Amino acid sequence: MLVTTTKGDMDDSLLEKRNGTVDNDNELTTWVEYWLEGELVHRSAHVTLKKTVTLTSSVASF
Amino acid sequence: MANTQSMCTSFMSQLMLGEHQLGTATLVSRTSLTAPTTDTLKAALYLTTATINAATTVYTVTGEVSGTNYTAGGVTVTNATAPASTNTSATAGVAFFTPSASLTFTTVTLSTAFDCVLLYNSTQSNKAISVHTFGSQTVTAGSFSLTMPANTTSAALIRLATT
Repeated sequence: MLVTTTKGDMDDSLLEKRNGTVDNDNELTTWVEYWLEGELVHRSAHVTLKKTVTLTSSVASF
Repeated sequence: MANTQSMCTSFMSQLMLGEHQLGTATLVSRTSLTAPTTDTLKAALYLTTATINAATTVYTVTGEVSGTNYTAGGVTVTNATAPASTNTSATAGVAFFTPSASLTFTTVTLSTAFDCVLLYNSTQSNKAISVHTFGSQTVTAGSFSLTMPANTTSAALIRLATT
C-alpha cells in the first residue's frame, strides 16, 4: 500500500508503522504514524467527537 | 492560554435575532425575498496556545493553525440536515443540530499542536457558533478528520434544552 509521506508516496513495507487510540468521555481518536529511519514522514489522526455543547434555557414566571 | 469547549455566547442572542440558519433553509425573508438561502458554515482549527471559548464572537486568524494544504478559514461544513426538536414532557424538550458529514482536512501538514475546532457562520459575517476541543494533535503529510456525533437528542453536536 502506498503511503503519502514527506518524501513522496512510499510503499508501507519500507516504513515503520505506529498507531494508537485515545478513548475518553470527550473523544475517540485514532492515529497512525509512519517512520523512515527514525524520521516521522506521515501522521494522520481521526477524531470522533462525543461531547455535545448544550444551551439550557428557561422562561421567567409572571 | 487554552481553548475551552462551549457554545459561543453571542450565538445565543443571535439565535433570537434569527441571524443563523442551520441545515435546510426555510426562511425566505432574511436575505432573499424569493427563495430560502442556507447559510454556509465553516470549521477552523486552532493551536493549543490559542484562546477560543464562549467569549469568541467571530472567526479569527489569531491562533489558527497554518501549514501545507491548510487554507485559512478552514473547511466548509456539510450543512444539509435541518435542526430538529423533540418534546420530552409538557415543560421540557430539546432542539438539536449536527453537521451531516465529517470534517476532513486532506494531505495537510500541521506541525504545531492543535486541539480545537471553531464552527462559524461564514454567510453571516463569520459569526461564531460553537467551540469543540479534543486531545492535542499534529499531522504530517496526512489527513485529519473530525467525525460528528450522532444527531440525536442526547448526543448532537449542538443542543438547546429546556428543563
